[in-house]
Amino acid sequence: MTVPLLRTEAVSKTYRTPDHLGRLVLDHVDFSLHDGEITAILGKSGSGKSTFLRILAGLVPPSEGAVEYRGLQVSEPVRGIAMVFQSYALFPWLTVLGNVELGLEALGVSGGDRRRRAVNAIDLIGLDGFENAYPKELSGGMRQRVGFARALVVNPDVLLLDEPFSSLDVLTAETLRGDLLDLWDDHRIPTKGIVIVSHNIEEAVEIADRILIFSSDPGRIRAQIPIALPRPRSSDGAAFRQIVDQVYTLLTTEPGRDGRRGAKPEPIGIGYRLPDASVQQLAGLIDTLTEAPYHGRADLPHLADEENLVMDELFPLIETLQLLGFANVSGGDIELTPLGRAHANADMLERKQIFAEALLKHVPLAAHIRRVLDERPGHRAPATRFLRELEDHLSEEEAERVLETVINWGRHAEIFAYDYDTEVLSLENF
Amino acid sequence: MEQRWGLPLIAWPSRLRPNYWDLVALPMVLGVIALIAWGGLAMSARYQIGQVLAISLDPWRLPEYALRTVLRMACGLVAALVFSLAYAAIAAKSRRAEKILIPVLDILQSVPILGFLSITVTGFMALFPGRLLGVECAAIFAIFTSQAWNMTFSVYQSLRTVPSELIEAARMYHLSSWKRFWRLEVPHAIPSLVWNMMMSVSGGWFFVVASEAITVAGQTIMLPGIGSYIATAIVQRDLAAIGYAVVVMFVVILLYDQLLFRPLLAWSRKFLADSSADEDNIRPWFLIVLQRARVFELVQSGVLEVNRIIDSGLAALARRRRAGVERQPRPEFELVFNIALLGLAAAAAVWIVAFIHETVGLSEIGWVFLLGAATAARVLILIGLASLIWVPIGVAIGLRPHLADRVQPIVQFLAAFPANLFFPVAVVLILRFRLNPQIWLSPLMILGTQWYILFNVIVGTTALPLELQRVAQNLGVRRFLWWRRVILPAIFPAYVTGAVTAAGGSWNASIVSEVVQWGDTTLTATGIGAYIAHTTAEGDSARIALGISVLCLYVLAFNRLLWRRLYDLAAERLRLD
Repeated sequence: MTVPLLRTEAVSKTYRTPDHLGRLVLDHVDFSLHDGEITAILGKSGSGKSTFLRILAGLVPPSEGAVEYRGLQVSEPVRGIAMVFQSYALFPWLTVLGNVELGLEALGVSGGDRRRRAVNAIDLIGLDGFENAYPKELSGGMRQRVGFARALVVNPDVLLLDEPFSSLDVLTAETLRGDLLDLWDDHRIPTKGIVIVSHNIEEAVEIADRILIFSSDPGRIRAQIPIALPRPRSSDGAAFRQIVDQVYTLLTTEPGRDGRRGAKPEPIGIGYRLPDASVQQLAGLIDTLTEAPYHGRADLPHLADEENLVMDELFPLIETLQLLGFANVSGGDIELTPLGRAHANADMLERKQIFAEALLKHVPLAAHIRRVLDERPGHRAPATRFLRELEDHLSEEEAERVLETVINWGRHAEIFAYDYDTEVLSLENF
Repeated sequence: MEQRWGLPLIAWPSRLRPNYWDLVALPMVLGVIALIAWGGLAMSARYQIGQVLAISLDPWRLPEYALRTVLRMACGLVAALVFSLAYAAIAAKSRRAEKILIPVLDILQSVPILGFLSITVTGFMALFPGRLLGVECAAIFAIFTSQAWNMTFSVYQSLRTVPSELIEAARMYHLSSWKRFWRLEVPHAIPSLVWNMMMSVSGGWFFVVASEAITVAGQTIMLPGIGSYIATAIVQRDLAAIGYAVVVMFVVILLYDQLLFRPLLAWSRKFLADSSADEDNIRPWFLIVLQRARVFELVQSGVLEVNRIIDSGLAALARRRRAGVERQPRPEFELVFNIALLGLAAAAAVWIVAFIHETVGLSEIGWVFLLGAATAARVLILIGLASLIWVPIGVAIGLRPHLADRVQPIVQFLAAFPANLFFPVAVVLILRFRLNPQIWLSPLMILGTQWYILFNVIVGTTALPLELQRVAQNLGVRRFLWWRRVILPAIFPAYVTGAVTAAGGSWNASIVSEVVQWGDTTLTATGIGAYIAHTTAEGDSARIALGISVLCLYVLAFNRLLWRRLYDLAAERLRLD
């Protein structure tokens, strides 16, 4: 067997928290990228997929395990691996040409040769005529083309793509994706393997030869789906739809929380990473699901398509509905529970009550805050008190986000109040 | 092929053939080189303490004096630039260094700039015995201190906020750390650095004028320059000469504005990630000359070549050192380091108290604190009065965008103009109308710094979205309610910035504005500024140290207890986004 382009062996990553407790982000990930292969990595937030890509790039050292590029250990960025970034990462004070040349310059490629190669890469990616433009003059799609040109100009063996299309609008993303696939399929670029982190399921199914699905907290490879369909792939084909369904199913059912198998969901704790969902959106989704054509039950890929929701928007909503007992998800379908239907049919006050009850029953953090406030004599507690508790389980940013989420839910349900200026939670006004 | 924005980081040899713009540019380059040579010679002239350098009040000598002043300013600026890059780079890269460097910078910032002059002048003179260079260095050092601290803070802030994806991209494309500094970190820092630099130079005219005529231990040393010209005019009671000096200063600042300030600001916008908002800005004419003339590209490519040679040299060094194993930070070491720091600080504090207490009694220390309170009261009252006057005017101007566009450069100009040029006029008026100097000297403190309040209020008002103004109109919010609920909260963050700058400037100005002379008449207002001025003139180092320490404590206390809180309030509650 030949040596894979990239290989990781039992790669784990632990981030140190302020109190020196480790927080496991990636847990023993074994992965190989083979010659001629495009691998897509999908996962919800907290699956460490972006961290994993940076470990492959040599930007972040793994806590355990090893990364090899063609059999050689990767401990810092190596030649032969190039990366394209989500927000382009272009140097605003360099022209398109300057940006593309920069990588060559650092490799010591001299003047004339450097110029020629840069111009070629710019032409290849369809930016001819913009050599002397500054990034701020370009649209997002054009900027990302510069990002690709800069990566391709060094003739990389491996291309690492960190959600390269997610900052672009749908049409622009599709064009750029198509152009990249054309270059790849016609072997017009010397690249031998691509790893792409994506948050768009259809995009992954469209371009990848293999999809890795990461589970969250900590990130692990949960499933691998090989895709043997010939490119270009039509997103309407039955085989394509089936794979999309399969991916949805895998992503929406955490192991052990699969409704279909009748297993009891694992109870969540105070430090659970609550999904980032707003009350307005939740109510909107419940209403949509109640009405025609869904009548309480929807196919997730179909729903995402119809309601124009990308994975990052849809999944937190779905997870919250499941969490609160408003809906069940199985086999890539979502179905409202009787409670969810009751919510849809209730008036504003009743909705609040239903939401409050569900919150106190199913979200331990909300119940915990309410309990603490009930017990305290003045019924007041600073928000930092809970933030510190959350930081035992989550990163600083995530802890803040989760607390903000639960405060929003709690305020809406009127189970507690919050004062922005003093940052104090209380039971005032009830 | 025309090259937009001049592109200072990449130059093509094929483009370096001369063109017509060089007709303008080449004489200027040669002129600057000659000026530097002349200035260097003049600065290192022989000089003995006690020798009197005659300053002539002949107006035709003024251009020469102005050049000397400008040269001093330029030296201070270059020193401040080098210092800020080095200091900020160390502070941003080393966590251990950061722990000391940043608080030190914060303290240095609150030391009155003219205080630095009092402290350092004797040391510098000892460094170059028999030459004028020592006194020149002291003056340049004072200018340096008026610029370096906030430039350093700005670079440090920028280095800490380089977008992580750009750092990752630089690493992925194998930029060495030297290259990363010059190609990523410095360019990222440029917009705010240039802004701070230009603001500092504006403020610096005041100090350059004040620091040229130095009185040390009873001796008055006058460096050839506009400041000394004015000092001489004051001694000789020559109002016409002061008029000439004001005119020349006006021209100097105008040239500075046109040749440096505006071109640099326009150029620095190129380093912003997103400047689509000000696309319609007109490029200053002088920037066009700079960018079109080949001779400047030649200079650029020379600088780049030097940079490249240093980089490859460093890369060779790094390769040799790479073999070492990654060092792990040891917690015990950290503890020892912290204890050593605390010990050092305690020893320094004890030494200062001992030094001052040796010659100065406790009652005098208490007295100095009272003097500080008197000056503090002046600063606060004046900021209040200036706000009462300039906030309504600034709002009125800000609500008329066309007017605001025209007024803003004028206000910037007024802020740059050294107010100490007008002090003699004030003295003449006070003498004429027999006014109480305790009260009427006070406005001098804020004469030059009140413009910061006006400028920022205008900026804050123009930033208020038109929609909010329309909503207020629509809801019929008028008069008192409009001020309280709409405009004052809207301009508050900008106002605080202006008031902080104005207050800082006023503390600094107190040293020269609480004691003012006209011929052999000296007017004194009671305050800590006057105390420092007197002790400096007498060369009493323990009392100078006491005065400056107390002034420093007051400024620090004000910053911590008042301004920082207002800043936080503004940042938290009243942002417009």
